[in-house]
Amino acid sequence: MSAITLKNVTKRFGDVTVIPGIDLSIEDGEFVVFVGPSGCGKSTLLRLIAGLEDVSAGVIDIDGADVTGTAPAKRGLAMVFQSYALYPHMSVAGNIGFPLRMAGESKEAIDKKVRAAAATLNLTDYLHRKPRELSGGQRQRVAIGRAIVREPKGFLFDEPLSNLDAALRVNMRLELSELHAQLKTTMIYVTHDQVEAMTMADKIVVLNRGHIEQVGSPLTLYNKPDNLFVAGFIGSPKMNFLGPTYAKEHGAATVGVRPEHIKISKESGLIKGTAGVAEHLGSDTFVHVHVAPDQMITVRTSGDSVLRHGDTVWLTPDEDRLHRFDAQGKAIR
Amino acid sequence: MARAVSTRRKITFTVIAWVIGIAIFFPILWTILTSFKTEGEAIASPPSFLFFDWTLENYTTVQERSNYFLHFWNSVVISLGSTVLGLIIAIPAAWSMAFVPGKRTKDVLMWMLSTKMLPPVGVLIPIYLLFRDAGLLDTRTGLVVVLTLMNLPIIVWMLYTYFREIPGEILEAARMDGAGLREEIIYILTPMAVPGIASTLLLNVILAWNEAFWTLNLTAANAAPLTAFIASYSSPEGLFYAKLSAASTMAIAPILILGWFSQKQLVRGLTFGAVK
Amino acid sequence: MATEHSRATARLMISPAVLLLLAWMIVPLALTLYFSFLRYNLLMPGMEEWAGFLNYKFFLTDPAFFSAVWKTLELVGGVLIITVVGGILLALLLDQQFWGQGAVRILVIAPFFVMPTVSALVWKNMFMNPVNGLFAYLAKVFGLPPFDFLAQAPMLSIIMIVAWEWLPFATLILLTALQSLDSEQLEAAEMDGASFISRFFYIVLPHLSRAITVVILIQTIFLLSTFAEILVTTNGGPGTATTNLTYLVYVQSLLQFDVGGGSAGGVVAIILANIVAIFLMRMIGKNLDA
Ligand SMILES: Nc1ncnc2c1ncn2[C@@H]1O[C@H](COP(=O)(O)OP(=O)(O)O)[C@@H](O)[C@H]1O
Ligand SMILES: [Mg+2]
Repeated sequence: MSAITLKNVTKRFGDVTVIPGIDLSIEDGEFVVFVGPSGCGKSTLLRLIAGLEDVSAGVIDIDGADVTGTAPAKRGLAMVFQSYALYPHMSVAGNIGFPLRMAGESKEAIDKKVRAAAATLNLTDYLHRKPRELSGGQRQRVAIGRAIVREPKGFLFDEPLSNLDAALRVNMRLELSELHAQLKTTMIYVTHDQVEAMTMADKIVVLNRGHIEQVGSPLTLYNKPDNLFVAGFIGSPKMNFLGPTYAKEHGAATVGVRPEHIKISKESGLIKGTAGVAEHLGSDTFVHVHVAPDQMITVRTSGDSVLRHGDTVWLTPDEDRLHRFDAQGKAIR
Repeated sequence: MARAVSTRRKITFTVIAWVIGIAIFFPILWTILTSFKTEGEAIASPPSFLFFDWTLENYTTVQERSNYFLHFWNSVVISLGSTVLGLIIAIPAAWSMAFVPGKRTKDVLMWMLSTKMLPPVGVLIPIYLLFRDAGLLDTRTGLVVVLTLMNLPIIVWMLYTYFREIPGEILEAARMDGAGLREEIIYILTPMAVPGIASTLLLNVILAWNEAFWTLNLTAANAAPLTAFIASYSSPEGLFYAKLSAASTMAIAPILILGWFSQKQLVRGLTFGAVK
Repeated sequence: MATEHSRATARLMISPAVLLLLAWMIVPLALTLYFSFLRYNLLMPGMEEWAGFLNYKFFLTDPAFFSAVWKTLELVGGVLIITVVGGILLALLLDQQFWGQGAVRILVIAPFFVMPTVSALVWKNMFMNPVNGLFAYLAKVFGLPPFDFLAQAPMLSIIMIVAWEWLPFATLILLTALQSLDSEQLEAAEMDGASFISRFFYIVLPHLSRAITVVILIQTIFLLSTFAEILVTTNGGPGTATTNLTYLVYVQSLLQFDVGGGSAGGVVAIILANIVAIFLMRMIGKNLDA
């Protein structure tokens, strides 16, 4: 059991309010992703949960117990840092075993647990090496190993994949999801990359300037964004926002439509435009269509599209899949 | 500058550089050589360079006549004592400034450095009188205290620059892993900072060993370290070049050797990080 | 990294250093300032009385004082010129490729590790002595009359000794700065047709300017307090030819036991050092933000 609850959690650095007051509950065993642009306060929120920073106001509960004033080590959470924060003077075994050593476990017990963790993470052959002798992916795994040996109540990850190259990142994403499926422990994962959020999360928390914009499953956020910010942040390529004239016809201030919900045709349609760059991914093609001097609409079409740069095209949004927003940016349902 | 250089150019520079290097080093070399001569040969004209009767008699005479090793030991105690004491005070302070920086950290650091810029002569009289009244004149304890305070800003500063290179996340990781402050400092910070602490120790031993204002003004026969002992050769009786050289050689040898290990730290420690 | 708990710990851990330095700075400074307003001679204990600015008046109207300030500047200036120019040339030389770079570097740096009393006495006796010194011998070889350095050019001799001690420091710092110069910049200039001389003046020297300033400021701080070299070579003489401010205060207070007058001199020395320190601190402070 390890549910984490935040009640009105607030953080100020001097006069600057970074987190103005957040309420959030995280269920036991959930994989929760905090996502938002850089500087929105994701790391700060994670560090508040970890106990590495004091809250300015509010309460943090773990399993119903108030831990607001508890030292980081006593909260039973493990953290994986962006830089991995491995101890450079200790071997891989020393790094993974350090939390157990601090907990005062016997040498044999430490040894056994370290070996078990190393086996799970494919690190057995590297146990005697120093961190500087490992590749980025291996270091990442050592950091994870150090977190799992303690069998913590929950894991905290702060952008753990951002220092890896693209291919490795996809791999580690799968490994982390696999790990969560095995351990079934609560995980809180911070990233600015919405693809990571969409692919890994049970529940996504979208943060913007220290506020929660929306909480929900990946598909909920994708299909029913609560507001313009979430609509624009989740999804790649981004949702298209159509001009005010079109929006007014649908009784909204802004209307958004995802690239896959627009029909493109060379003969007829609702909006006339000129085909620009087409990105061929093989399975799909993203066509960037200029519909006004300063407006471009991205359309997702089949992989074998034969549109050429400069072709005149017609676009027709799917009326049933429009996202309508009022003047405050709130979704109209 | 990994560019191939013509051999001729390289030979030219080799010759110039060695000539200049040896010229700069020559006074030290000459002192060492003279220490192995007899007093007569030391002032011989023309001077003999290598072909003289090498003797160790100066070294024994210096010890017999003036209890050289007492002063040597004073130097060791004073320089090591003040450095170690300084480190004990400075490590926690540098830890605080490097890992829990506050709004005033920078000001505190700058203020500490500014105390180093106080000319010693400005506080000579009060220190002299306070020491006289406290019975600390001509004691090793007194000098250890003064030199600790003298060098404390440099020690704090050097440790601070070394500690700052240790990512705070590693200490936070240790904290998450269950380490208390004590474990954090013993198992993580200190092992990671060993090279930095060693360099700091080295440079400060050198500075304290060669300190020649307080050691000259606050000591007499008992606590005089080598700086003050050597100064007694300024009013010599009779022939003394060879003996001066022997005493000098012994006084500078340990520090020359230590100094060669500390070239890099020297820049860092003495420019307060203003030149990297 | 900053919880209330760790902040409290940090304050606790920094306080010994701060309190000690505060005491070290404030107590003697306050006493020096206080003594400087007293008529206070160690030979006449119990006779202390308030003197107002009298000590300053005596000190500042004493021709010895102006001479000492002048000698101080002469010493600092002379050593700075030799070490900075020599340091730049040596750094340029050591930056070239030649056999035994490491060894030559060690030879050049060695004088910095020689204690001031040793270097002063070695120079005084074994080199500058008009009878037995090596320079006298060289003069004889060339048929010149021997030159009594410390009697005939006392300040210049001391400047030479002190410059020899500090040349390695300047060289080492300038060399460090020189090695951080991007060699592609020099190669680009070479491609643009810049000669060695113009590369030096337009690229190398501007790159070194910061390091040169640091060398000047730091050496000034230390050179203002030159003491041991004077004590063991000339005792401030002949006459007052080599009495700098530090030495004058020493003579006044510990040889003539005039605590009041000596303290006034000390205060003046502090003010002079502070003028330099302000500039140095500003440079260090700027670097701290980076
Ligand atoms: N120790 C601190 N002192 C002052 N401001 C801070 C501190 N830590 C973070 N901030 C500020 O808080 C905001 C959120 O930072 P952070 O949580 O690191 O963002 P994210 O992880 O989402 O990129 C940023 O504007 C940052 O400048
Ligand atoms: Mg972050």
